[in-house]
Amino acid sequence: MTGMGPAVTWWRSLAEQAGDPAYLAQLTSEFPAASASGVPVDRRRMLQLMAASAALTGLSGCGPSQAPEDIVPRVEPLSGEIAGAARYVATAVVQEGYATGAILQHRMGRPVKLEGNPDHPASLGAADATMQAAILDLYDPERSAAVLSAGRVTDWNKLALALASQRQQWLKDGGAGLRILSGRVTSPTLLAQMTALLKQYPAARWHSWEPSSRDNVTAGAMLAFGTPVDTLPQFDKADIVLAIESDAVSSAPGHLAFARAFGVRRRAAETGTGAMSRVYAIEATPTLIGAVADHRFVLRPTEIDLALRSIAAATGAGPAAWRGGEQPAWVGAVARDLVEHRGAALVHAGPEQTPANHALVHAINAALGAPGKTLRYIAPVAVDAGAGIADLVADMSAGKVETLIVLEGNPVYDAPADLGFADALARVALSVQFATHADETARRVTFHVPALHLFETWSDARAFDGTASILQPQIRPLVPGHSASEMLALLLGTPDVTALSLVQDYWRARAAGNFDTEWAGWLRKGIVTNTDADDADVAVRTDFASALPKPQMPGSGLTVLLRADPFLRSGAQANNGWLQELPRPLTRLTWDNAALIAPATAQRLAIADDDVVEIAAGKGVVRLPAMLLPGQAENCLTLSLGYGRTAIGGVGADIGSDVNPLRMSAALWQADDATLRATGDRLVLATTQHHQDMAGRDIVRTGSLDEFLSEHQPSPAAAHERPSLYPQYADTGNAWGMAISLNSCIGCGACTAACQAENNIPVVGREEVMRGRWMHWIRVDRYWGGDAAAPGILFQPVPCMHCEDAPCEVVCPVGATNHDSDGLNVMVYNRCVGTRFCSNNCPYKVRRFNFFGYSGRDKRPSISWNPDVTVRGRGVMEKCTYCIQRIREAKIASDRDDRSIADGEIKTACQQACPTEAIVFGDLNDPKSAVRRRKATPLDYSLLEELNTRPRTTYAARLTNRNPAIVEG
Amino acid sequence: MSGIALEFPDETPLVQAAQRLRERGVRAIEAYTPYPVEALDALLPLPRNLLPALVFATGMLGLAGGFLLQWYGAAISYPMNIGGRPPASWPAFIPIAFEIAVLCAVTMGFVGFFALAGLPKPYQPIHALPGFERATQDRFFLVVDVADPHFDSADIDRLSKEITSCRVVAWPS
Amino acid sequence: MASIDQAPIMQPGQDLAAIDRTVGDAVLHPGQPLWWWAGFTVAVALTLGFVLAVEYLFVAGIGIWGIDIPVAWGFAIANYVWWIGIASGGTIISALFYLTQSQWRSAVNRIAESMTLFAAAAAGIMPILHLGRPGFFYWLFPIPNTMGLWPQFKSPLLWDFFAILAYVISSILFWFLGLLPDLAMVRDRATTRRTQLFYGILAMGWTGSHTQWRLHKTAYGLLAALMAPLVVSVHSIVGLDFSGGLLPGWHSTQFSPFFVFGAVLSGFAMVLLIVVPLRRLYRLEAFITERHIDLLITFLLLCSLLLAYSYLIDALLPFYGSDHFERATALHRFTGAWAWSFWGAVTLNVLVPQMLWLRSLRGNAWLVCLIAFGVVVGMWLERIMLVTSSLYEDFLPSAWGHFAGTFWDWLTLFGSAGMAAAGFFLFLRYLPIVAIFELKEILPPSTHRSGRGA
Repeated sequence: MTGMGPAVTWWRSLAEQAGDPAYLAQLTSEFPAASASGVPVDRRRMLQLMAASAALTGLSGCGPSQAPEDIVPRVEPLSGEIAGAARYVATAVVQEGYATGAILQHRMGRPVKLEGNPDHPASLGAADATMQAAILDLYDPERSAAVLSAGRVTDWNKLALALASQRQQWLKDGGAGLRILSGRVTSPTLLAQMTALLKQYPAARWHSWEPSSRDNVTAGAMLAFGTPVDTLPQFDKADIVLAIESDAVSSAPGHLAFARAFGVRRRAAETGTGAMSRVYAIEATPTLIGAVADHRFVLRPTEIDLALRSIAAATGAGPAAWRGGEQPAWVGAVARDLVEHRGAALVHAGPEQTPANHALVHAINAALGAPGKTLRYIAPVAVDAGAGIADLVADMSAGKVETLIVLEGNPVYDAPADLGFADALARVALSVQFATHADETARRVTFHVPALHLFETWSDARAFDGTASILQPQIRPLVPGHSASEMLALLLGTPDVTALSLVQDYWRARAAGNFDTEWAGWLRKGIVTNTDADDADVAVRTDFASALPKPQMPGSGLTVLLRADPFLRSGAQANNGWLQELPRPLTRLTWDNAALIAPATAQRLAIADDDVVEIAAGKGVVRLPAMLLPGQAENCLTLSLGYGRTAIGGVGADIGSDVNPLRMSAALWQADDATLRATGDRLVLATTQHHQDMAGRDIVRTGSLDEFLSEHQPSPAAAHERPSLYPQYADTGNAWGMAISLNSCIGCGACTAACQAENNIPVVGREEVMRGRWMHWIRVDRYWGGDAAAPGILFQPVPCMHCEDAPCEVVCPVGATNHDSDGLNVMVYNRCVGTRFCSNNCPYKVRRFNFFGYSGRDKRPSISWNPDVTVRGRGVMEKCTYCIQRIREAKIASDRDDRSIADGEIKTACQQACPTEAIVFGDLNDPKSAVRRRKATPLDYSLLEELNTRPRTTYAARLTNRNPAIVEG
Repeated sequence: MSGIALEFPDETPLVQAAQRLRERGVRAIEAYTPYPVEALDALLPLPRNLLPALVFATGMLGLAGGFLLQWYGAAISYPMNIGGRPPASWPAFIPIAFEIAVLCAVTMGFVGFFALAGLPKPYQPIHALPGFERATQDRFFLVVDVADPHFDSADIDRLSKEITSCRVVAWPS
Repeated sequence: MASIDQAPIMQPGQDLAAIDRTVGDAVLHPGQPLWWWAGFTVAVALTLGFVLAVEYLFVAGIGIWGIDIPVAWGFAIANYVWWIGIASGGTIISALFYLTQSQWRSAVNRIAESMTLFAAAAAGIMPILHLGRPGFFYWLFPIPNTMGLWPQFKSPLLWDFFAILAYVISSILFWFLGLLPDLAMVRDRATTRRTQLFYGILAMGWTGSHTQWRLHKTAYGLLAALMAPLVVSVHSIVGLDFSGGLLPGWHSTQFSPFFVFGAVLSGFAMVLLIVVPLRRLYRLEAFITERHIDLLITFLLLCSLLLAYSYLIDALLPFYGSDHFERATALHRFTGAWAWSFWGAVTLNVLVPQMLWLRSLRGNAWLVCLIAFGVVVGMWLERIMLVTSSLYEDFLPSAWGHFAGTFWDWLTLFGSAGMAAAGFFLFLRYLPIVAIFELKEILPPSTHRSGRGA
């Protein structure tokens, strides 16, 4: 028919998806009418059809139609949605294989905010920045939404056909040419499938590659015990902690739980609830635990090896010969302190440490009687795939690999440079990658399959302590993707099983009682009960000392330390604006990675901040701007992984530099004998803090534990009440206030991320950050003190102080900011005309201004905003509200039930996310409230007290518990 | 009105003439000059000038009104806790009250002037007087109302003889 | 000194007709000299630039400027304070010196007042442009909104809003009242129907009757008596915009007088900058004599010294006190990133003008103009220094930042100058630039007859 021809061609080019049978199937099932109407179609029907499908392309939120599956809300049983009321559903976030319990807040059937699951051992209610940002990944408009072949849209059936034909082959030869590459796997269901797969195809092999590798940890355990174990430090029981560039509170599996216990002991003296722990840190590049340590010793990696041997010798864990005469005095002192606290001492090393150092740590812990007291050993939670990526690439290059299935990985980007994965990949006949983004690897494989986000499908995973969680889908898939288990089912030749049935089948066998009730219980609680691992009984091998390799002598050249980025980790979440713009805890750097270099070294090499340098090690060369970092070991450069992505999306592509070229399979975390030269170029880094010391001002108050214990200061109440000309407004109802413990704060930035998620804070982008226009309502200030070689490092979270006599309010000509009846300093966006005087007059500079329409520019889909919080427009001021929407919600609930708001009923987003419980919020009128108890400490003080703004937010001064026997460090 | 206009080239003869007429008891005299001639104030008495009183009153009203406005808005109509300051913190109300007062007074001065001077009134009968356009430039006019009981044309003749520079015009001519 | 102080404020040999010819007819001449067209063209070009800058501002938002957090105020506020300061000069000359019966003012007050008008207009626009949501500036009017919410009367910004409002309106009324008799004169000299109508309507039927004159004198005196305190209050309140805040370097009790001094200084400088060339270009040497220039320079020097005193206090007080924030800010001003603006202000406003103590230099018109221009620039530097140096490094080092103007900042500044200039050129073209009736009033009577034509 006329007009049909052009219409059709135009239609194809409109959305190639239309060519995708799966898509058309979806279309027809959505619109039976459309499918019924066979050709010839009249123009009218054609237009309807086009409109409908065009709508669907945009609205693929409907996802591939599948049988609706019931998920079980956490608190109330499934019932009709109450408009506006939040519903909370438990699930878990899987980070580098390990599960951390999470609860998603649903509004009108869509998840809008991720919170920690108090019942989950790895979360205890807290949530770190990375996992909170997962919600933004779910809504990432740039997620891969179609099966790709060589970058062009193809369809799932083509892949299915290709694999089906392969299967015949595998069944014959036992799958000799089949290889599966996965990341770290703890999912019992996936493991069961994998086992079945390997049973079906005995000759097939499973390789695993996790860019943020913990192989050194395993190897260390092998050296020490002859068997792999996971170490779970018990900071609550440790009086003395020795951290060897430890990730225990920052990124180790279970770090939130460890940080919780750590924080309790750090503020023990402050709250008078026991003894404060003493923390020693030995590290080449600053870590969070090092930043808050009482003694921080900056050593180069080789020096760390020697110091550790020396401590081992001094604690009786190793031969006296290791003592090494030229060790600094403090080494002995630390060792003595550890020995004196036998049974209450703990040594922990980070995953970047050499296997030898891990072995030493195990030995020292054994010598200190730590096992069973300050730490637990359990059998490894992560499954050992049996083979690594090196073997895989070898086989690929040797042409032994016909089919490669990459499950959730991006090896082309993050595989060690020396392996040449990309080239080897070219020799594989059929390669299939399964990932959420059409990334670097997707461009080079035969088939790229869009992965469903973990909030869109059924799955399960184990936490650091073995506890399993069932991952429930939170929303019908936003993209027509697939799940890992579906992928494996396809390989197993059982394409019709659903993810749900797979997970249920696995756990049905393990249900003690009635499966359905237990299943419901597991889902509701977010964990599968009694699945945590038992202690592993291991003993240090008597011959471990001799088995250790000889320590290297300190070299003269530069050492490159490759480290996972604090938030992007190894780069999988690089398209996440929240994480890109979240200031790194120590560098306050956003939207870039830099070569972190010690000031002294920089001076020697005549390098200044922002100088673009070229770093060469082995065959690898990288170019990136330098950044001077006090507390960095001399001649050590720290480079962050996870940047320089080329294919991921508009947010993350070409941000920072890819440092993987320096990463060799032999030494994943370190490249020795590197050379550095200034290129002469400059690239100004977008940092959020331009001045690094306190300029001699009384901002972060510090003191020694001994002083504090010896002379007890007078009651804080007296200290705080200063004369005022103004009448006191009595807050008859509630008087909300906040207390922040600087002893507990580890500067991790979870509070900032939580605030961003809860309060619809837009991402402004690199340029605007450089112009000082980022929008975070709570920032974590970081100050250096002392000498630049080994500085004191102080963190201070700064939200709005909610001053009683708020300077911002007085200067607003339209009364857009004022006090409410609860004494909150509120900001009325509708009324704001944008004079910005309030920001000028805020001594804490916690107010942020919408210089442009940032929310409008933000790419996130509108359904992802929190409906409880106004999305601010251009030209209005905004700031921390103490999460007033949560206060109101609780107030309404309490009014409805005619009761008063219970203490702890309201948690601000920052407080909720904080792993160390550094932030406490509550009613100052309630004498028994937690916040009152926190503020009762003599250490409590107001920031810039002399201005007499009478803040509602106060801080507990930071104590240091130093070893009197040590002068330096 | 209708009368006799005397045109002078200078203020001195004008003042003389005015003096004479006054001695004769002539009251209905009006002078038109390019610039204010102070000497005439004594000779051509005018009703009491209300303007200063009006301006002062308006200013005071503005002051009170401005203050009340702020006090009502901040303390009565919509009291709010602004930075812990009392709602009716009167010292903060002074500047605006003052500005409003001055604005009212100035406006009154301006409007009052036009009202009392009977302006705006683009056409005035006197413009019909030949040569009057120079009254705003370099000529000085004295207009005597013939209706005045003490008016006597003989005086005018005598004046014009005395003050030679004087030119007499009947008006309306 | 003696000679020039006894010098007459009007050169001999002038009479009523002469004044009308020199001043009045300039308005009625159809053509304009080349310099006028040149200046007017430049001014209009800049005005168009201003329009462009404002257009883009409204479309894109104030993010196009260099402002950020912590420096949330930048050019717009500095420009505002600068312009309002310049405006004050005119009011002081015409109002204050009217009250002090200084006859010399008559020759220059019209120019000064008109300058005030356009400067005040330029100033008045800035606070509106500076708003994040300029469309809602009217929320500052004392009218409760639909929720019954009033403006916040304790805010110095609101005081400022009322101050500008009162000042701009009063300036216009005062200016027009003074203009009225001269408009009548132009009306009566006008030869074409169009001009007669135009000026006739403006003159509102002024006849110069004794009744009108007396009322006019009273009204003008009253307004003058009101304008003098008004202009002082306006600048005191502008000072409060800053000292009302608690920032180091702003929170200072001397800001109000300090701002008045600065304002008057820049005002006199601007008047000099205009008067010196104009008296040549319009052949007004007879009325605007060396004596006037000399007097203006004297007042310029006076204000310059007063300002020097304020600078001194501002620089020294922090070091008497114990407030380390104040000290740090003072040091930033001397040595920080914006130190150039501080030292620029000191040099151009205080040091350079002292040259004018030398009689010989005062005679040099070019030099006087140069120094006056220097002061005008210096005063802008002072304003931007006051705004930025207190903001970019205040209390918490973690929140310290930087500030740099963008292209749009500069375009707005120069554009506003063009707009004010364009307005002033139109004034030169269409209105008597000297208060004619006042000049006539101070002519010795004897001289009226001489040169009596027609």
